[in-house]
Amino acid sequence: MDNKITILKDEINDKLAKTANLIDLDKIRVAYLGKKGSITALLKGMKDLSAEERKSFGAEVNKLKAFAAEKIEEKITELKEKEVEKEIASMPQFDVSTPVDLTRGSYHPITLVQRQCETIFKSMGFTVEDYPEVVTDYECFESLNIPKHHPARDMQDTYYLDNGQLLKSQTSAAQNAILKKYGKNLIENGVPIKAIFPGRCFRNEATDACHENTFFQMEGVMVDKDISISNLIFFMKTMLSEVFQKDIKVRLRPGFFPFVEPGFELDISCLICGGDGCPSCKHSGWLELCPCGMIHPNVLSEGGIDPEKYTGFAFGLGLTRLAMMKYGIKDIRDLNSGNLKSLSQFTDDE
Amino acid sequence: MFLSMNWIQDFVDLSDLDKIELIHKFSLSTAEVENEIFYKGSDISGIVVAEIKSVEPHPDSKKLHLLKVDAGGGELTDVVCGAPNVREGMKTAFAKIGAKIGEITISPRPLAGYTSNGMCCSEAEIGISDDNSGIMEICDDVPNGTDLKEIYEIEDIIFEVDNKSLTNRPDLWGHYGIAREFAALAGRKLKPIAVDDLKAYDSLAKIDMKIEDPLCQRYSCLQVENITRTVSPVNMRIRLYYCGMRGINFLADLTNYLMLEMGQPMHAFDSRKVEKIRIKRFDKPFVFRTLDGADRNIDENTLMICNGDLPVAIAGIMGGLDSEIVDDTTTLTLESATFDAASIRKSTVRLSHRTDASMRYEKSLDPEMTDVAIARFVNLLKKYDSGIKIVSSLTDEYAFHYDNVTLNFDKKFVDRYTGIEINNDEIVKTLTSLGFKVTLDNDNFTVGVPSWRATKDVTIKADIIEEITRIYGYDNFDINTTRSPLYPVRTATVKNNEDRIKDILVKKYNLHELHSYVWAYNDELKTLNIPVENNVKLANATNPNIETIRNSIIPTQLCQVKLNSSYSADFGIFEIGRVVNGVDENNLCIENKKLAVTLFSKTKDIKTLYFELRDMLAVITDDIKHKQLSYQTAEAKHSYEHPVNLNTILIDGKEIGTIGIVHPTVSKKVDKKTNIVFAEIDMNEFSSSDSLGIIYEEPSKFPPIDYDISLDIPSGVFYSSLTECWKNEGGEILKNTKIVDTYDTDTVHSITVRFEFSSNERTLSSSEVQDIMDKVIANLKQIGVNLRNS
Repeated sequence: MDNKITILKDEINDKLAKTANLIDLDKIRVAYLGKKGSITALLKGMKDLSAEERKSFGAEVNKLKAFAAEKIEEKITELKEKEVEKEIASMPQFDVSTPVDLTRGSYHPITLVQRQCETIFKSMGFTVEDYPEVVTDYECFESLNIPKHHPARDMQDTYYLDNGQLLKSQTSAAQNAILKKYGKNLIENGVPIKAIFPGRCFRNEATDACHENTFFQMEGVMVDKDISISNLIFFMKTMLSEVFQKDIKVRLRPGFFPFVEPGFELDISCLICGGDGCPSCKHSGWLELCPCGMIHPNVLSEGGIDPEKYTGFAFGLGLTRLAMMKYGIKDIRDLNSGNLKSLSQFTDDE
Repeated sequence: MFLSMNWIQDFVDLSDLDKIELIHKFSLSTAEVENEIFYKGSDISGIVVAEIKSVEPHPDSKKLHLLKVDAGGGELTDVVCGAPNVREGMKTAFAKIGAKIGEITISPRPLAGYTSNGMCCSEAEIGISDDNSGIMEICDDVPNGTDLKEIYEIEDIIFEVDNKSLTNRPDLWGHYGIAREFAALAGRKLKPIAVDDLKAYDSLAKIDMKIEDPLCQRYSCLQVENITRTVSPVNMRIRLYYCGMRGINFLADLTNYLMLEMGQPMHAFDSRKVEKIRIKRFDKPFVFRTLDGADRNIDENTLMICNGDLPVAIAGIMGGLDSEIVDDTTTLTLESATFDAASIRKSTVRLSHRTDASMRYEKSLDPEMTDVAIARFVNLLKKYDSGIKIVSSLTDEYAFHYDNVTLNFDKKFVDRYTGIEINNDEIVKTLTSLGFKVTLDNDNFTVGVPSWRATKDVTIKADIIEEITRIYGYDNFDINTTRSPLYPVRTATVKNNEDRIKDILVKKYNLHELHSYVWAYNDELKTLNIPVENNVKLANATNPNIETIRNSIIPTQLCQVKLNSSYSADFGIFEIGRVVNGVDENNLCIENKKLAVTLFSKTKDIKTLYFELRDMLAVITDDIKHKQLSYQTAEAKHSYEHPVNLNTILIDGKEIGTIGIVHPTVSKKVDKKTNIVFAEIDMNEFSSSDSLGIIYEEPSKFPPIDYDISLDIPSGVFYSSLTECWKNEGGEILKNTKIVDTYDTDTVHSITVRFEFSSNERTLSSSEVQDIMDKVIANLKQIGVNLRNS
């Protein structure tokens, strides 16, 4: 009987050594350990043995069974490892240095710059307002302390429409409506007016690389009980530093605009040369960026707000100018050209 | 406007101060100074006064002369000179050996066989005028050898102020006003301007003068005789030249000098031509010849200076040719006046003729200045031509007075506006230095505005803030955030929807956002055979191509698609922009904000492209509103719309836009082998639809039942009518339906629809599902839709 066990043991070793795949291995498992397998048969054949023999033989068979199971398990592990090795060996190395197809959509650069500005002002509690492009004389001029025949009306060549309205020449055209919209809440509940209103403006002028008849501005106003020039400078500096992601030096010069008093021209240190002077800033080290000022008392009054009680600042940021500076766009006409060769490059910029 | 530092220093002592620093301060506190500053005369040295002792003709040259020159010390120097005006006894400017003119250093130089030991210079060579016709003639009695810089103001710092930044500052159009600013900025005293006392002539006869039109605010005049001087003093000519004016003759130069000094334009008439001065307008237009020889059309709105009924000058703009000072003029009438600023400005525009005078009048000059300017003129006249005689008394009509402006405010007002501490002493000092009359009583200020600031510039308290802060210096401001209370802010729905639509179209569908103009592109549309539809027009368009305001963005996008047809075989563009759809009952434009999308493809079939666009809109709506769009077949109204595939888009049953295929005649104009589809949605309508939000449904713990049916769809039956057949039959347990297969041949259109049933409460029985489906199939039969193969 012992002999039989030895033969089987050798046989198993032999067969396992010759097996190269998991299917054959399973066949071997069935052939020896299955219900009808050789080892199972040995156990079944024990009923003819004496109790003494059965005990010792049984132990031997069980040993064999454990041996077979272990060997098969080892073989499974070995074959699985081999399979993985084979898979690895057959895997080619991919060339990730090949060109990438980056085809995807794009935003208009104005949208990108506008969003950045909006995000900054929203974080400081400003609402974002929308306003029509066709406005009345009252909105664009009268309500802004620019009465008829005022020389300031010559400063901007306005597109008039044949129904007597006009295409807004400045985002300030929304100021009166915004003061009226939020004035009640300011007066009754003390909620300061903080709003920005980006929009498209139109000037009747010939276009070239630096001039467009259609461009974007972003007006901002803040009105409360004690809004000061100091606050104005703070907000402008903070906003511009955020937009350009660096500490921006700003300076104010007196500037004349009928709807502010005092009025300022705001310059920022040249982004190209950092203030040392270069052709971009005409060697002055400064770039004129944004007219601003304290809202003229007449404009506040016209918006239903008592200038004796409240003060406020307003600014008009040139979004088009900002976009050009930020992205190095040299020809302003590219922006409205509809040309995808230039405009598809602005995929995103958060 | 060019300004001379020397001239400014006539009126304020700026010695020991850094002039460039002051100019920089001026730029930040008063008006923008152009970047380039001119250091006049700095590149010239060694030029002296010399006398030409003898002149010999050059033996071989007609042009050249051989001179002996005394450049000081009596020793004679040999000079070869080509100037036509050399003569014995003449004094001139002489560049000695070693002298520097610009880059050139003068050294002995052989010239046509002789050596020239120096150079006689023209005024242009020295840079003090543009006269290059001959060498400079020095009439002043100065010893030979005197350095020219010692006697003439050749050295000066000239800076230019941007005229635009002086728009609201009539007082800054002359050096005296500028000097006042420098005095305030430097903390120095402004000197009074030297004037003649005109009261001395009160006993003389008055000039016959009358203002007959309210557009003339004040008219002052004076008659002068016996002016013998013709050439202006060198220093005066240098200043005029440095400030950008050409020297003409003494009298003309002096009026210009006065204008540049005080900002007051003046005019001199031949008295014979203005015996009866009347200032008025005419009823009828006529042609008038100005002193520059040009004929100008004068209309009934243009104010004229007249001799009786004969016009002699355009008020505030330019004199007439016929009343000009001529060689035999013996008596002249000097005019110093102010006119209505808006009237001068409008006349200037009508005549398209802007002069140095009109530029100043447009700014609302101070009428208080007219007589002072005459007094100053007489002072200078006497100084340079002592024999002159005043032959009339000052004749002055002051028809329009500006209101005196007095402003009251307190320290708190200043604090509130500035947000920083500027103390009372500093406020008083600043305002006083600018000419304001200030009284301070316990933090309460009473400020009288000087006449030169009160014509329009300083009228309210806020104007005073500007005066205080600009002199204080904005660079010196402590900057602080506000102390305002905080409240939440909400973004308007339209804005929010816009941003999300842009994100979906760019990020999910790779579309490109473009911008375009608000008017229809006539020329480009013509090439696409798209007529420009009638709409509101620009009243003052300079270019007929941009006359009509667009009523839709789609035609614009078709132009853009054509422009980009070689960019890529497949692309899509979108814009959220404005259109105008006519006017309302009040004749106001009906402006609408639209989302426009156009897809272009040379690779996809038209149906695929059309459905791609449809899916985009569906995803946008589902994402933002959690709603579904519905569609209605629409009739083509515009030339670019396809007559078969055009649908109205509805949300909540309300029309919000259109989706369609572009008409083949148009798309072929864009590109022969392309498919183009478009959609336009009204942003306000879209935004006004509420979002349903996310409605969470617990996943069922019970097994679902799917039930598929295949249907033959007769032509003309839309899926939307199929859904009607099960809408009311499925009850709670019909969760979803979808098309899982389609089968199309030339004759048959067939789809397989999967019905997904499930319940959160129980396991469904197949019989209850079958009951529902039987009813659905019966309903379908009613509209002619049968199960496939049945």
